[in-house]
Parts: sequence; structure tokens; C-alpha cells
Amino acid sequence: MHKENLVLIGNGMAGVRTLEELLKLAPDHYNITVFGEEPYGNYNRIMLSPVLASEKTIEQIMLNGEQWYIDNGITLHKGKKVEQINRARREVIATDGTVAHYDRLIIATGSVPFMLPLPGADKAGVIGFRDIKDVDTMLATASQYQHAVVIGGGLLGLEAANGLMKQGMNVTVVHLLDTLMERQLDKPAAAMLQKSLAERGMTFLMEHSTAEILGQERVTAVRFKNGTEIPADLVVMAVGIKPNTELGKSAGLYCERGIVVSDTMQTITDPKIYAIGECVQHRGIAYGLVAPLFEQAKVAANHLAKHGIARYVGTVTSTKLKVTGIELFSAGDFTGNDQTEDIVFKDAASGTYKKIVLQDNQVKGAVLYGDTVDGSWYFQLMKDGTDVSAFRDTLLFGQHHLGDSGHNPDTRVASLPDNAEICGCNGVCKGDIVKAITEKKLFTLDEVRAHTKASASCGSCTGLVESLLAHTVGGDYSATPKTKPLCKCTDYTHDDIRHGIIQHNLKTMPAVREHFEWKTPDGCPSCRNALNYYLLCAYPTEYVDDAQSRYINERAHGNIQKDGSYSVVPRMFGGMCTSDQLRAIADVADKYQVPTMKVTGGQRIDMFGIKKEQLPAMWKDLSAAGFVSGHAYGKAMRTVKTCVGSEWCRFGTQDSTGLGVKLEELTWGSWMPHKFKLAVSGCPRNCAEATIKDIGVVCVDSGYELHIGGNGGIKVRVTDLLCKVATEEEVLEYTGAFCQFYREDAHYLERTAPWIERVGLEKVKTAILSDAANRKALYERFLISQQPAQIDPWKARADGAEAAEFTPIMIEA
Amino acid sequence: MSKWIEVVELNKIPVLGSRLIKTRDTDIAVFRGSDDQVYAIRDACPHKGGPLSQGIMHGSTVTCPLHNWKIDLSSGNALAPDHGCSNVFAVKVEGGRVFLQL
Repeated sequence: MHKENLVLIGNGMAGVRTLEELLKLAPDHYNITVFGEEPYGNYNRIMLSPVLASEKTIEQIMLNGEQWYIDNGITLHKGKKVEQINRARREVIATDGTVAHYDRLIIATGSVPFMLPLPGADKAGVIGFRDIKDVDTMLATASQYQHAVVIGGGLLGLEAANGLMKQGMNVTVVHLLDTLMERQLDKPAAAMLQKSLAERGMTFLMEHSTAEILGQERVTAVRFKNGTEIPADLVVMAVGIKPNTELGKSAGLYCERGIVVSDTMQTITDPKIYAIGECVQHRGIAYGLVAPLFEQAKVAANHLAKHGIARYVGTVTSTKLKVTGIELFSAGDFTGNDQTEDIVFKDAASGTYKKIVLQDNQVKGAVLYGDTVDGSWYFQLMKDGTDVSAFRDTLLFGQHHLGDSGHNPDTRVASLPDNAEICGCNGVCKGDIVKAITEKKLFTLDEVRAHTKASASCGSCTGLVESLLAHTVGGDYSATPKTKPLCKCTDYTHDDIRHGIIQHNLKTMPAVREHFEWKTPDGCPSCRNALNYYLLCAYPTEYVDDAQSRYINERAHGNIQKDGSYSVVPRMFGGMCTSDQLRAIADVADKYQVPTMKVTGGQRIDMFGIKKEQLPAMWKDLSAAGFVSGHAYGKAMRTVKTCVGSEWCRFGTQDSTGLGVKLEELTWGSWMPHKFKLAVSGCPRNCAEATIKDIGVVCVDSGYELHIGGNGGIKVRVTDLLCKVATEEEVLEYTGAFCQFYREDAHYLERTAPWIERVGLEKVKTAILSDAANRKALYERFLISQQPAQIDPWKARADGAEAAEFTPIMIEA
Repeated sequence: MSKWIEVVELNKIPVLGSRLIKTRDTDIAVFRGSDDQVYAIRDACPHKGGPLSQGIMHGSTVTCPLHNWKIDLSSGNALAPDHGCSNVFAVKVEGGRVFLQL
């Protein structure tokens, strides 16, 4: 196959990330040539501040050493600056005369520090803060000289000032305005930051405008417009960066502030030329952070690989300051306007400040100082546009206040020792994670999951792992993107696909994969299971369930155990049973020599250690005794737990057991996005623990309270009250409607608790309560979907269905 | 040693699924891809011995049902970042019948 030539100008993070993404998608598509002005491989530019502060070494921040280029067959011209692009001949020409021909070209020239055009700005000792060379200059100066002046009190300026201070210099930060980091912080947070830095020994000259840099060959002092002077041996200009468009302009590409690109990251002038990273301007915005650049890289790579289905639509960014010991987070619109409301917490003594800006009960921006643990949560709420009205009064206290009892409340990851366990499921400690992040150069949550298994099981430590990641690689780590694809086989989200299935009348998995341009022929375990469910939910009477797209538990209708055996849980409606039923279970247990039996939390009996080939025979016996599958293995309706209620209990207000049986008869067999549990308590003493169930009914004297979205698992969450109704018929109708709304709206593997937190309680209330016709329609659809679902899978298999699944082939060899 | 044994008809293996073959010494999972390519691998994940025959197959890979390790069915190797390997067996299809070399 003829390979096309791809040339990358700029060996920085954006360009090389694009190549990495491209090599994943189409490893053999191009002969790749890279020009880099700096004499190094590719390094993590955002970690220059920790290098300056001697917290990291250059080696530690290298991302791709020269071996990587060799391994991937990439020609690297390091230390060569490209001075000309000849678009007519499709050639790039470097200053040393090297010429490379391209079929496609990526410009990733990044940005340059904005140097103030002051008199004397050309003297020795006046630099920007951009690359390894600048860091070397600063380190060399610090060992010989005393006085450093940093012009600019923004993010970069403060990081430079902190580093120079760590190197033992006297550092003065000069800022034009009265607020530090005014693009990221409001005044109270900036004041706390300034106080904290001043306590560490940094000097500030606020509202000072520099007039002139004094000295002979080398700088000796800085003079301000008010006439005062201070001594200076080193001046670092950190007043901002500007996109480096020099090369783009000279090649005749249309530039405004940056090189203007389309949503596919192609320059609008020449579609053979892509531009990416800090040198570009996309929909009017030039980004100076890492997260957007990673998203751009994915899109450009997708287009270069000729998939052509990804589009870049801009990024919502957040900022953290990389100064050890100072926790600071900012995102979105943190100043607000007359349409917005602020929620503010300020404790100057403990150095904590939090401000959340809300508009129409959605987070629009946040500033956190001192305690930034919940930064990523607020950021996620902001990107998702979640309606926060249900927990607005506790919003400032953070996510764990919502019921995150899964881990230690002391979640300040920075202060944890290396042997602190972060992921309880897989026993991964902080040290393991940090080591993997630094040694394997990980940037995203998915990468950390793949390499360490941390947060890869139950997910309750995801927040902790994200903060560790942010802490280790710097604040600009690649945050979980706003629109998360369903899985790696597609770029479309769960919602895109669910809507598409209905809108385009897609009725089979191949049809869905073709319509949404799947990257893999058969999908993967994530998407196959999800699609199977989505199609079953959308077309309950037509869709033919695909057994090979179900996890083994659902295929074998039992729970696989660690030794490959299965467990069997017959359904006991409402937790009620008779002595005959118990006797029948005992007989079955004897007959099949069940080694372990247990009463489950869902009020039924679990039999463990059953070999797969025994299952159909055992089910036949259970079926003959009147039992059906308990679906204890499925992403399905599981149990209805009850307490005894008015039949016997002296406090009972209603017949909770009778209602529990009716609810279970209504809902059993229903496939759901995730497991689904109900409970009915006979009075507010709530012995059935209904307020941690997906649906909990609490009987009161005047009727029934319906509670939704509880969870007793990984993250304990108490239910929200949906409404109160008067009759059992209403309980059944509202329950069916809620089940169906959840089935149709939630993402696959999303339980009701996180689903309600994501979409907001109001949305559920609107669907079920405000519109009686909609509620009845939901209930009707639930009943329709239950008709095929309530065929007992155990009896079907006992009668011979799917026999091959349960029959091994014996051979004499 | 090393003789071809007929084990099952191809169409008795579900597409993107497997059948479990029990021999005197070992359990072997025989998988059938969406292109009717057939693979045979020892029915034990290199991680904790999970029954690979019970996993979900996609492309030429199976995901172990116990802890989601992904095993390449041609080589028996675990896919990165996991490390490990399970035995694979020579397998062929002739006249719609699957033969295993043992």
C-alpha cells in the first residue's frame, strides 16, 4: 500500500498526542516526520513549574524519549526550526535546509510568551517562561544572583515566582491590577492566595505598571511608572501567551488571534493542513490549557485516519495552580452577573473559601481555595448542566455530603501517605497509583484504570483517583470529557445512541453499529450488553435477545462464583414463604448436595456451589414446586423486601407484605439498566429499610409515601421523596411508570441513585407527577414490556431451551 | 500425542460464543468468531483461573467473566496492560466439523 507523508511541525504535547492517537487508529497509514525546535524529545510542558521548584527532574517530565520515535518509525528532526511552508509544492523547509514533502501537514507550533515592549527588555536576564531553556536560565541565575522580579501575577507568573523562591531568590511579583489571577479568581480567593504566598516570603507590588528595565548588558533594576525602582538580576515576563502564528501567517493561512481552524481541526484556508493546540483559534477561542488540546488531538487523529466522524466543539476548562501546599481550583464563570446567584463559604482562619455560581439551579462556575477535593465534582455538574435544586443547600459541603460513605472522609489526597489504600476493591495504594502515573506517563482516568485497576471495579474511588491524577500530573490533566462515548468502539454517547435507535427505527445490533459507524465489527463487552438492553427496551415485543451479548450471569441465569460454579436464588414474592416452599427448597438442596446455603439481604434463600451442567435439572425441580427465577444475577428487577405490616405488627399502618407481593408480581422479570430493588415498610419505623432502595414505599396511616433513588451499596444514598399517594392501585401505577422512565432514560449500568443525581429529581417529578397522561403512557409501556419478560427463564431452560449452553462436550483424550 | 480429534459441528457453536470441551486432563474452550474463524484455548484465565468459555467474545478476543481480563484467542496472551498467557490449541474446520489437535 502506498503510504502518504504526514509532517508534524512542533514536537510538543499537542502534536505528539495527535500522533499517538493516530497510531492507535491507523498505525500504517502514514510515513511520519516530526520537526521540533527544541533539542529534546517530547516533554510535559505543564510540569515545568515543578521542575523549576526542584520537585521534579527533566527526565521525569519527558513523555516520549527518542526511542519512541524509532519504535514507531517516525523521523524526528530535533533542534530544527521550520521557516517556510511551500503550499504549492507541499514542502516544509527548515532553517538548516532540510526539506520534507507532505501529503498532509499538522502545525502545532504552540504559543510564545508575550514580551512587553519595554525599554531595556532586550537586556540579558530578561526572559519568558515557556520551555526548558527558560528553566535552565532561571536555575543558572538563581545560583549566582539574588533578586528576581516576575512581571505578571497570573497562573504562570505565580508558578514561576514560587519556583524561583524555592531556588532561594528574593522574588517580587509585579501585577498591574489589584487582584492576582484575575482570570481565574475572584477578589476574596485572590486575597487569601496573596496572603498565603506572602507568608511564604513572596513580595507583591500590586497595581504597579513597569516603565523600564535598567542596566548595562544585564538587567540590574526595574523602574515603575510611579517612579519607584527595585533591584533585579532576573526579570521573568509572564503577562500572557499568544498563539504562535508566525509560520501559519507566512504560509498564507488565515489567522486572527490564532490559526483559524474548523471543527475537524483543518485550517480553513487549506484542508491538507491541520493545526492543533495553542497556536489555533477554534470558534473564536484560543486555548492555553492541556485538556482542550487532548480533545483536539483525538479529533484531528480521527480525521487523519480517515474515519472522519469526530468533531471538536470546544472545551469547558478548569484551572488548578501547581504550587505545592496551595490548593486552588477555578472553572467557568466565577464572577456571575445579575442573572446568577452565588453560594459562598468563607473561613479565613482555616484558609478555606468556596464559591459556586448558579443560574437556574445549574452550576455555571466555581472558585475553591484551600479545599479543592470537590472541584472535579462541581466541574462535572457544570458540564452536565445538572439541576442541583434537590441538594442545593448542601452543595458547598461537597459530594461526600450527598452520602459518599464509601471511603474515609479525609479525602485530601495530597496529605495521604503512600501506603494509604485508595481503591478498596483492588487493593491499590496511593503510592502505586502515583508511580504508575509518573512512570507510565498516564494522563487520563481510563489509563490509570487500565494500568493500576484503581477505580476500575465499583468506581467509588473515582473522585480520589481523579484528584491524585490532577495532583500528580498537574492541574491541567485530561479531565473526563463532557461527552463520554458509550465505549471505545464509538464516539457517540449513550444518549445519542438511545435516541438514534428510536428516531431511525434501528432494530438490530448490526443496524445500530452501522448507523453510528462503529470502529469494531462486533463491538465489545461494554457496548454489546448496552445495545442489547437498549434494543430490548425500545422494541420489547420484536427484538430477539442476543445471548452472546449478555454477561455470563444473565446467559446462564445464575451468579458465577470465583470457582466457576453458580448460585441459585428462587424468587420468594415479598419475602413471604410457606413451610411447603421451604421444604421444597430443602429437598432440592439435598438432592443436588448444595454445599452452602444463605439467607440473602433481599429476603430469600441462596444456594451456592452449583455446577453449570446441574442448573437445568435443579431448575426443573424448583419450577415443579412453583418457584420462578429470582433474577438475583441480572441487571434486572431483583426483590421486594417487606416488613410484616398491619397483619401482625402493632405499629403497622397498611398491609405492607400484601403490597410487596403485588409490587413484585408487577415488576418481576423486568430487565433494567442496572439491578433494581424495592421495599415496602409498614410504618415510618421503616424496618424494611425502604429509604435506601431504588423504590421504597413507606406506609403511613393516610396512604403511601413513594421514595426513589436510594442505594445501600457502594455509595449510601437516601431516597428522595417522589410523592404520597392514597391507594395501592396508585402505588402500582406510579411504580410501573417510574420503572419505565428509568428503563427508557438511564444509561446502561447506571443505577437510579447516580441517574437521579445526573438528571435531577425535577426531571423525574415532571415525567411522573406533573403529567398524568405521560405517567399512564409510561405505565402502559411498562406493562407491554412485561408480557414477554415474565416468561420464567428457568422453566424455559428446564424444558430444553439453550441446551448447548449448559452441556459440555466430553471427549476421551 | 498431536492427533486431530473431531469435537463438534461448527454450527453447534454459537457465533461469538463458545463450547466447553472436557478432556481427561483439561477443559478447553472452543470459540467461533463472527467470520467463522475457530479458536481453542485452555479454559482458565491466566489471572485467577476464570472460565474463559463463559466470557464475552469480540473480534478475536475474549473477556474473562471474573475480572475482565482480555485474552487474545490466537496467542493466548493477555492484552496490555495485563500480563499473562493461557495455552492455545491447534484447531481447524473441515466440512463444517471442528477438529482439535491434542
